[in-house]
Amino acid sequence: MTGSRRAKLQVFRVVTFVLFGAFFLGPIWAMFEFSTRGVGENSPRTLDAWKSIATYPDLVAGIVASFELAVITSIGVLVVLVPTMVWVRLRLPRLRRVIESISLLPLTIPAIVLVVGFSPMYQWMGINFSDSILTLSLAYAILVLPYAYRSLDAGLAAIDVKTLSEAARSLGAGWFTVMWRVIVPNISSALLNAGLLSVALVLGEYTIANNLLYPNLQVEIVSVGRTSAGVSIAVAVASLLFAFVLLVALSFVGGQRGGRRRTRERLLQTFGRDFSGGTR
Amino acid sequence: MMGGRRLSLDWIGAVPFLGYVALFLFLPTVIIVAGAFANAGGPTLSNFANLSRPYIVSAVISSVILSAVTAVGGAVLGALLTYAIATGNPRGTFRRMVTSACGVLAQFGGVILAFAFIAAIGPASAVYVYLSQHHLDYYASGVWLYDLRGLELVYLYFQIPLMVLIFLPAVDGIKPQWREATESLGGGTWHYWRYVAGPLLAPAFLGSTLLLFANALSAYATAAALINQGGPILPLQISNAITSEVGLHEPGFAKAQAVVLIVIVAIVSVLYAVLQRRTARWLQ
Repeated sequence: MTGSRRAKLQVFRVVTFVLFGAFFLGPIWAMFEFSTRGVGENSPRTLDAWKSIATYPDLVAGIVASFELAVITSIGVLVVLVPTMVWVRLRLPRLRRVIESISLLPLTIPAIVLVVGFSPMYQWMGINFSDSILTLSLAYAILVLPYAYRSLDAGLAAIDVKTLSEAARSLGAGWFTVMWRVIVPNISSALLNAGLLSVALVLGEYTIANNLLYPNLQVEIVSVGRTSAGVSIAVAVASLLFAFVLLVALSFVGGQRGGRRRTRERLLQTFGRDFSGGTR
Repeated sequence: MMGGRRLSLDWIGAVPFLGYVALFLFLPTVIIVAGAFANAGGPTLSNFANLSRPYIVSAVISSVILSAVTAVGGAVLGALLTYAIATGNPRGTFRRMVTSACGVLAQFGGVILAFAFIAAIGPASAVYVYLSQHHLDYYASGVWLYDLRGLELVYLYFQIPLMVLIFLPAVDGIKPQWREATESLGGGTWHYWRYVAGPLLAPAFLGSTLLLFANALSAYATAAALINQGGPILPLQISNAITSEVGLHEPGFAKAQAVVLIVIVAIVSVLYAVLQRRTARWLQ
């Protein structure tokens, strides 16, 4: 490569990164700026908006509900998915492709379409079963299924499920012991990955909750924002920071072996790669 | 005999998973498709006839335009950023940081993104207040941020990182030897892009653009948080049809709209898959 072309390329790269950096970091910085504004013009920075979060009971209820949903959804999806995936690897190899394509299917169905089908189901459930907001976790598990599947698939591919479980079985372990004391400890970082992605996704979910008329965190942010923008932007910043911490944690979990690190990076990058609308 | 019984017992292990997806993935799909072709009286196509209402037609057109604009814009800008990333150190920390940031930003959308833009360039933002005091009132002809034009800008925020994620593998597949070969045959930069790299990257670029199109078409939360009144795009109309009083009297209406949306997304996904296969032939 000639010197002048290399110099031109360097200029192009620097200019590109600076411009895109401004476009992507600007709005996030603006949220911090907005949420620490005082009342009048030229008034000093204040944390009033942040402090008054607790004085909005609906908002607090939404935050609590979203955290409960996040925990229930991530545990629920793991409890259903892990035994199934292990069992399919051991006994039903022919079913593996089917399970995989079913699990990845939600990536291609827009959430706004899914919610049209959920709507009559939740009306029926509300009358006959329960109208608690926590029933949303049944729908959310479908949304997080592809991410959980990919993460667990990577984890299970790294260990020899068959040999491990046969060894445990020959020593007299039951299936529950095989699962809980042999498989789970061996795929702990994959479980953590799947859990963190699920939590991040559930905390950002708006489409399904809003259209089924359940006030979760995001729905409350919008409704508080109609009256006091500062408070809802403060909550938005907080939830963004929390999701960011989760995803940074995601890039640190697990061992330092090269293969695992590559898997983690791939996971983090494929996180945004679906086109079903997701939380958008 | 024994084998047959064994097989049927093994299948039980997959029942909880299959039962769950049957109830919460396949049942909703069946409800939508069956409901779109029926009303209280029985099978009918009247739900689709209702789609000819002017506000639905205009919502579909706006949705397609919005998705096309942000797909092309996101693809071009994303390709620039991808090139800037790909020309750096392939094992560097900076590249890892940027691609991970893209993974997070591509998923960062919805309510919080809408609020971020309201805080950044909305009528109460520091930027607007400063510029309007210096005779640069970019809302002189109305606050376009809460409009389709605002959505076009805001959608770019997740379209560009998505483009980077899906286009980077293709750009990485370009080998420096190809450039050297072009130069040894007397070709310059223009020849290289026009006859070598351009044609090689074209299927990947088009495929990525289609994916971005489907992505924008499916997005709901950002638009719902940004646009307070009316339903200028199809996802907002679907939402109106499920939640409003009028919509509850016509349960098939929302389902017919959902079918239209999923059909467009499906066509785009198939085209994407075809182009993806073409890409894989050269760039792996």
